[in-house]
Amino acid sequence: MPNPAHRASRSVVFFSSAFVLLWVIIASFPFLWTLWGSFKVQADFFSKADWRYALWGTRTLIETGDTFTGAGYAGAWIQEEFWRAAINTLVVVFFTVLISLTLGTLGGYALARSGQKYAFWLLMIALIFRAMPHITLVSGYLLPFFEWNLWGHLPTSIIVLVAINQPFTLWMLHSFFLNIPKDLDESAKVDGCTQFQAFRHVIIPVMWPGVITTGLFSFLLAYNDFAVTSMLLSEENRTMVPAIYGFLGSTQEEGNVMFAVAAVVSATAPLFVLVMFFQRQIVSGLTAGAVKG
Amino acid sequence: MRHQTFFWFILPSLAAMILFIALPLVSVVVQSLHIEHEQVIVTTENCGPFGCTEESTVDTEATAQLRAKQPLGRFAGLSTYFDRGHLASAEVSEAWQSNATWGGFFADLYNLPFYKALSFTLTYTFLVTPLVIVLGLLIALGVNRLKPVLKGPTIFVSLLPMIITPLIGSLILFWMIDAQGVIGKTLQWLFEDPELSLKASPVLTWITLMVYGVWSSAPFAFVVFYAGLQTVNSDSLEAAMIDGATRWQQIRYVVIPHLMPLVVFISLIQLMDNFRVFEPIVGFSAEANATSLSYIIFADMRSDITRFNSAAATSVLTVIGVAILLAPVLLRTWRDFKGKAV
Repeated sequence: MPNPAHRASRSVVFFSSAFVLLWVIIASFPFLWTLWGSFKVQADFFSKADWRYALWGTRTLIETGDTFTGAGYAGAWIQEEFWRAAINTLVVVFFTVLISLTLGTLGGYALARSGQKYAFWLLMIALIFRAMPHITLVSGYLLPFFEWNLWGHLPTSIIVLVAINQPFTLWMLHSFFLNIPKDLDESAKVDGCTQFQAFRHVIIPVMWPGVITTGLFSFLLAYNDFAVTSMLLSEENRTMVPAIYGFLGSTQEEGNVMFAVAAVVSATAPLFVLVMFFQRQIVSGLTAGAVKG
Repeated sequence: MRHQTFFWFILPSLAAMILFIALPLVSVVVQSLHIEHEQVIVTTENCGPFGCTEESTVDTEATAQLRAKQPLGRFAGLSTYFDRGHLASAEVSEAWQSNATWGGFFADLYNLPFYKALSFTLTYTFLVTPLVIVLGLLIALGVNRLKPVLKGPTIFVSLLPMIITPLIGSLILFWMIDAQGVIGKTLQWLFEDPELSLKASPVLTWITLMVYGVWSSAPFAFVVFYAGLQTVNSDSLEAAMIDGATRWQQIRYVVIPHLMPLVVFISLIQLMDNFRVFEPIVGFSAEANATSLSYIIFADMRSDITRFNSAAATSVLTVIGVAILLAPVLLRTWRDFKGKAV
């Protein structure tokens, strides 16, 4: 607000800037520290002697002859075959986002254009479903999936993640479609289109900003999930997050903690890139829900 | 839109939700009413020179066969709900009778797994939610005053704790607060106590988990409030200033009322998300000192013998908890909706 009337006293400016600076440090330091530390050996990252060892890589120099080492990454990606988990994550995330958006666009469009009482109730039921803790749903799947031999496969996890994602996707796309003027598809229908043709030829070309934003959140849900993938996938099918959890089980051996640290940094990198490119969409998506309330 | 068209458009989405959200809830209820079959006992009579003795042995093969044939087990009614692992009615009434003070009663209650998890879940939900709102508002007010050049990078950094995978975020912090990690070492130095460990005491573990909760959720509140601040009416701010309002009074009487609908929205989302707190407990390996409802369901399913009925009973109780939590919001929406219809 570049308004002279709003010019604040010096102390207010100082405190508010100091506070924001403090928050920026709190928000970013853990990531920078772990990124830096992932190129050190365990004796530096968890230093018994002096925490500054992690900065200069004192033990790393003694153990490997250099102040940086890729041993953690080599161990995680090659020795522990983390690349398998990465491929599984790619498959799960891609299909979850694709199917979520397909179902969600159709449903969200119908909810936005219906105006009937039952559309309102469907949205309310979706809100209740959104509140269900994922692990309670998983405890409902486990026994039937064992019985029907559905347990352990990637497609099972994908369809479960799609379903868990639906309430949120519906809400979000519903509010985006409300913003597209009704006249567009109404006039197409006057010209003789069926509802689906109107959707296909008039709405689909203009809906992409909303769909991309919703897709980002579907991506985050599928990528970040632990409850579903850790319980429903067999060991050879597991994705990155349960794989990292698996590394922790064997931390007793020297060096294995650094495998987990390297894997954690590897799994964080795509999220960084995502925020870098789609910051505007993420912010607008978070606020879209709030404004529509 | 015609009813039939609506139906076809919504069908795939609705089918997915019914199959994988509504039916699992039914499945959970059914499972919670059953219990694993008892072991099959075979009684054999051994007759020797000194008379006959009866001997009971477990028929492992028959037991396994029976359990494989009917994995759901036998019908047990509500007994799982009232056993020691859940509502523990017998233990609670005993604790009630044997303790004269509230303190003693709650201490006994806290030793029961379900109440232990419930107390952490509720404390976490009702402490983290308001703290997230306050911190988010403060960050939003601070960032709003920054120069435009700095706003973009600040928002980028602020989003990181929120979009990070919860398990990974808690692991990163867990390694740092380790007695040999950077924050752990710093705290030891600050308090001049080389034995200090955040993992050792229940109180410190609870605080650590809640600090993580605020760290990871504050960005959400911040972004929503920040967007809200862009729409504050500058005329009313100016009017307040002309009337002699101090900076604090401007925030208190102009900005905060404007943001009130957003506070309701953030509280709703945060209550839902915090009530299912789960990954931080796994990431911080905190199960000895703090468990949540979601965590004990996970532990039941992860144990060597999967306790379906126990996990299911806790799930049903958790869903009831969610329903109680959401009831005020739903009632309000329903009244609004009825008001609109009339």
